[in-house]
Amino acid sequence: MEKEIRYEIILSGFGGQGILFAGNLLALCGMYQGFNVSFLPVYGPEMRGGTCHCTVIISQREIASPLVREPGYLIILNLPSFLKFIPRLKSGGLALVNSDLVRIEDISEYEALSVGKRVVSLPLNTLAEKAGASMAVNLCALGAFNGLLELFSEDTFKEALKEFLGKEKAHLFEVNLRAYEMGYRAVRELHSG
Amino acid sequence: MSGQRVLVKGVEAIALGALEGGCECYFGYPITPQNEIPEIMSVELPKRGGVFLQAESETSAINMVLGASAVGARVMTSSSSPGISLMSEGFSYLIALELPCVIVNVMRGGPGLGGIEVSQGDYFQAVKAPGHGDGKFLVFAPYSCEEAYELTAKAFELADLYRNPVLILSDAILGQMKEPLTLEPLNIRKIPKDDWALTGAKGRPSRVIKSLFLDSAELAERNLRLKRKYQEMEREIRFEWIGEGSERVIAVAFGSMARITKEAVLWLRKMGYDVGFFRPITLFPFPKRVLREIAEKGNPKVFLVFELNLGQMIEDVVISLSGLGKAISIPYPPSVLPFPEDIEKEILKWLNFSPFQGA
Repeated sequence: MEKEIRYEIILSGFGGQGILFAGNLLALCGMYQGFNVSFLPVYGPEMRGGTCHCTVIISQREIASPLVREPGYLIILNLPSFLKFIPRLKSGGLALVNSDLVRIEDISEYEALSVGKRVVSLPLNTLAEKAGASMAVNLCALGAFNGLLELFSEDTFKEALKEFLGKEKAHLFEVNLRAYEMGYRAVRELHSG
Repeated sequence: MSGQRVLVKGVEAIALGALEGGCECYFGYPITPQNEIPEIMSVELPKRGGVFLQAESETSAINMVLGASAVGARVMTSSSSPGISLMSEGFSYLIALELPCVIVNVMRGGPGLGGIEVSQGDYFQAVKAPGHGDGKFLVFAPYSCEEAYELTAKAFELADLYRNPVLILSDAILGQMKEPLTLEPLNIRKIPKDDWALTGAKGRPSRVIKSLFLDSAELAERNLRLKRKYQEMEREIRFEWIGEGSERVIAVAFGSMARITKEAVLWLRKMGYDVGFFRPITLFPFPKRVLREIAEKGNPKVFLVFELNLGQMIEDVVISLSGLGKAISIPYPPSVLPFPEDIEKEILKWLNFSPFQGA
């Protein structure tokens, strides 16, 4: 029997880093790629600078619970998120981590936290700045994540981004696309190198 | 737009369903977590020649609903728990006057102002006593965007058909999560209202719509008529059932709790465990007979009732079973949201322990 496709992803970072934007867009890409999806934003009073997270599920079959205790994947943009969610990552699970804000050498219990888990560290702030899109760390992360998993095609991404930005924010298409591609390429290079 | 697949929040699906159901007027007052409903209605209704009005309070909003309904419009309001309580006087009058309308409650934690976290604490209020007197709503509890869209649209037809308010009971999780929705045309029927609506008395005798009956016999007859109507509403009963009837443990849940519970049940069934799943979609009328029939089949059963409150629907389950099997309440107060794994543990506990041993 072929393995059923199911991705359970928690995205987490500071409020203001565009976590909900990225999660929402990831779900939309999944839907355009023909999957069932759910997007559950953290629910409660949040503020800029506090931590913020959301859960995205992309699945071949019907999605019952939108809540996941132990996700198979993490997209982590800051240190508090790393410390909060790494213990919940499934054994053998994959975490994409923003090394600009999560410095492994600063985490005393790093070995214990990450044992049996795959951590891919990328300087996402640096990459976003290189793309001329310092505000688009979230899109850089999304590009890197898709570079790792190849969940959806670039055409799907473009279609979803265009739809998601709508007419009002259409001028942000190019800069977001650049950030996405920067993340995507950085991961591919990491893997080929 | 038709047939288009969109990624929307639960509350957006409710608004789109209302438009599909032919909603002409919206009156409401803002409250988290349902503000996307008035947001969409404020954009869409004026485009369609309808009316959107943000009232100065929930009390005003519900009385505007009453007025619009009395003249024959398809009308709705939406709010969240504390706002719904403020409307309860109007609910009682709408029921008494037999005025159709659609009411949406996207529940949050209570009592009082509570919090904005998810809760199912308004179950009793929705199904037992939305206002004073012997009044009832027809109550739907959708658990997905697809269902929220379909049931909200259908609610307008059924409200007109029974001349009674219909309540869509949602919650903060269902309301704020996004899922794909296919915008299918639903063929919602128009029900003529020319035999009762207050449309101007030119050329016919004038009509009175009132709820005051000082003649005791007349008031009694009014109440009995409402009762017959509630019995007729049993035709609308909807539910979801996963099982063969032989299961020894049945998990019962509605709304967002049903999503989490279903995940646990499907997993346990895949692992070969003897567990079923029952989800009422109409909360009033409650699917009593079906539940009783499930209880009558096969082994004596334990019904585990999972709710995001201190235990409310459990009472309807107990009434349905009328002594057959055993009903156990598994309550979660506001802000305590279990994961599917927690539900699995509860189910496994009861699979390993039979209260019927020796029987």
